[in-house]
Formats: sequence, C-alpha cells, structure tokens
Amino acid sequence: MNGFAYLTPGDLAEALALLRQGDEASPLAGGQTLVPTMKQGLAAPETLIDLGGLAELAGLRVTPTHVEVGAMCPHAVVAADPEVRAACPALADLAGMIGDAQVRNRGTIGGSIANNDPAADYPAACLGLNAVIRTDRRDIDADDFFLSMFDTALEPGELIVSVAFPRCREAAYLKFRNPASRFALAGVFLARHEDGVRIAVTGAGTDGVFRWSEAEAALGREFTATALAGLAVPVEDMLGDLHAAADYRAHLVKVLTARALAAISQRA
Amino acid sequence: MTRLTLELNGRTVSDDVEDRTLLVDFLRARQGQTGTHVGCDTSQCGACVVHVDGISVKSCNMLALQCAGRKVTTVEGLAQDGALHPMQQAFHENHGLQCGFCTPGMIMSAIDMVERHGAALDEATVRHELEGNICRCTGYENIVKAILVGAKVMTA
Repeated sequence: MNGFAYLTPGDLAEALALLRQGDEASPLAGGQTLVPTMKQGLAAPETLIDLGGLAELAGLRVTPTHVEVGAMCPHAVVAADPEVRAACPALADLAGMIGDAQVRNRGTIGGSIANNDPAADYPAACLGLNAVIRTDRRDIDADDFFLSMFDTALEPGELIVSVAFPRCREAAYLKFRNPASRFALAGVFLARHEDGVRIAVTGAGTDGVFRWSEAEAALGREFTATALAGLAVPVEDMLGDLHAAADYRAHLVKVLTARALAAISQRA
Repeated sequence: MTRLTLELNGRTVSDDVEDRTLLVDFLRARQGQTGTHVGCDTSQCGACVVHVDGISVKSCNMLALQCAGRKVTTVEGLAQDGALHPMQQAFHENHGLQCGFCTPGMIMSAIDMVERHGAALDEATVRHELEGNICRCTGYENIVKAILVGAKVMTA
C-alpha cells in the first residue's frame, strides 16, 4: 500500500476544512471497500481523513415519520436495532445481509452509498424507500443521488451526514447473492408507500441501481403477482459478466420482485 | 511515523508506526503476536479477525492508528492463567480444526457471536455469521459444533 497521511478530525467542520485542502485527500468511513482497494493499488490518496470521530455522523434515530441513519452508523447497528426493526423491518433485514459479520461491524451506510458500487445493497433501500441523503450543505433525494455506477451527485469535498428513510406501509428486500463475494447478483427492494409502489433494483443494471418503473405502475394498480405477468426488464440494460449473463440477471430481477411481493403478502 | 498507544491483550503498548500500517501487520511484525493470520489479503477469509473494543473486525482492513486508545484482543489474549478460554477448549475437544490456520479468526468470530446472541445462539445463526471466516479443511461441521459447545459453557 502506498504511503499516506492519516488524519483524525474531531468534528464535521474540521473534516470539511481538511478535505478542501487537497484534491488527493479521501474521506475514510468504515474502510471496508477503500482499504482493500488501496491495498490492491487501485486507489492511492495522499491523505486519509477518518470520519470516525465525527459525532454529527454517528448513531441513528427513529421518529414517527422517519428512520434516520447517521452516515457513520455501522450496518450491524442498523441490523440489530429493535426500533429500526419495528419501524422498517426490510431496512434491518437488508443491513443484516451486507457482506459478513465483520464487514457489518465496520462498514457504514455513508461509505456504501458514496461509493455506489453497482452491487451494493443500501442504494436499493435508499431508492426504494425514497430516502433523503443529508449532506453538510443540502438534502438530496435518492432519485437524484445515484448517477451511474460508482458515481453520485456528491460534489468534491461534500460529506454525507445522514440518510433519512421515510416510513412506508410495507417493504421487503430480496437478494440473490454471489456466494463468494456476498454482493448481489441481483437485489430487489420493493416498498409500498401511501402514494404508490417503488421498486429499486441493485446488482443487475449497467448504470447501477435503478427503479423498475413499469412494474411499479403495474403493482400500483394491482398489488398481486398476476400484475407482474408479461413484464420484463430490458436485457440490454442488464450487466453481463462471468458471474451471470444479462438475460439471467433480467430473469432474477423478475423472480426476486415476485418473491418480495410474496414476502410482503405473507407478512400482512 | 506516528506514535500509537493502545491496550493489547490487557497491557498498554506504545510504538511508532507508519500511517499506512495495517492493524494485522502491527500485531504480527511489531508486537510479535503472530496468532493473528493473513490468509487472503482481500478481506474475505477472516483468518485475521481480532476484537477492537470487544467487536470483531478484520485486522487486515483496519489501520493500526484507527485503534489508538482502544482495546485490542487477539487469540493470544484469551487464555487466562494457563487455562484455555472456553471457546478454545471447545475447539480442542470437538476437533474444530485440521490445519489450524483459520482457527484464531474462527475463535475470535465465535466469541463475538456468543457475546451478541448469548444463549439464544443457534446453529443457523452460527452458520450465517461464519460467512466471513473461510476454512478450506474441515467442511465446517466440527467448527459449528465447537462454537455451539463453547457458547453453552460461556453462557452457563
């Protein structure tokens, strides 16, 4: 691993000031992607700015309308929090499916969505639950946040402070995992809101996480498996690689959507 | 170089480390605690699992300096007064290993599991939570068995 300077700001203002000082500075959240990437020589920031000491980014809170997760809140905390599980079980389920136990102990929601890996889980929850990403300078709707794989609306030097998930009527996250990496070959977050259905798909799309609008409209009219019959995601928009061909991923998206629907129906 | 002070297996240690030094390299090369292993270098195998403030982490993807002022426990810190930790004893009695390379990480993950789940820890949970620990010898059967036995002793 190349050499770098490791800095530990004590609050958000100090972290932002450090980030402004150099183009080659990178924030360090849980480090579960960044550190392995640096070890492989695929990233070589000159300065690492550890966000672990920023109280503004820590913890989570559940209100009557939202689950708000601090950017530095580890997946394991979200997965195990009884209030999160009561307010939005699908969100707790999703957090408990990320990586492995040790990755969940360190990995954070802020790091996950800022990285926007096309196979990461949290982007699907953000898009499916119509979350608001709160940064040091503005609120960004999830619909405007995820631009394409590994690309987000964040400006240079902008830090995520928290992610606010509105409560919904019911939701489920179904994931078909690559058994080696535990990343999603396809993952579907299906959420039923008061004003309609949202379906977010991760792992499968060539542009990263996306909404399957056609199925959203169909399930909005009729929330049953028959409403999905005849629908298909376009194969040309799907990733194809050594793990799964594009047509197989398209198939998985449909199967997982149906299973998410069944999971919600069984719970109701 | 930066001065690092932390608590390692109950004693305070101080050392000058490079900012880029990984926790696992600090433990093995600087502190001579070679029970923590490097199996993959890609953060997948779990042979390097240690506890930082009681929580299991992969020490190959954490910087040593991230542990400043914190308590780090490795497999060397488990036995007390010459007596094996109940989880180590359970691995021994149930033959929860063959070559032994993954064992330190398995044991550190297992103890973290018991501390989080307590007496409610069941086989399905053990198998789910072992996803970050790879064993290429045993087929996991005796590892799972050992963890369930160790958990019983720990929560008795």
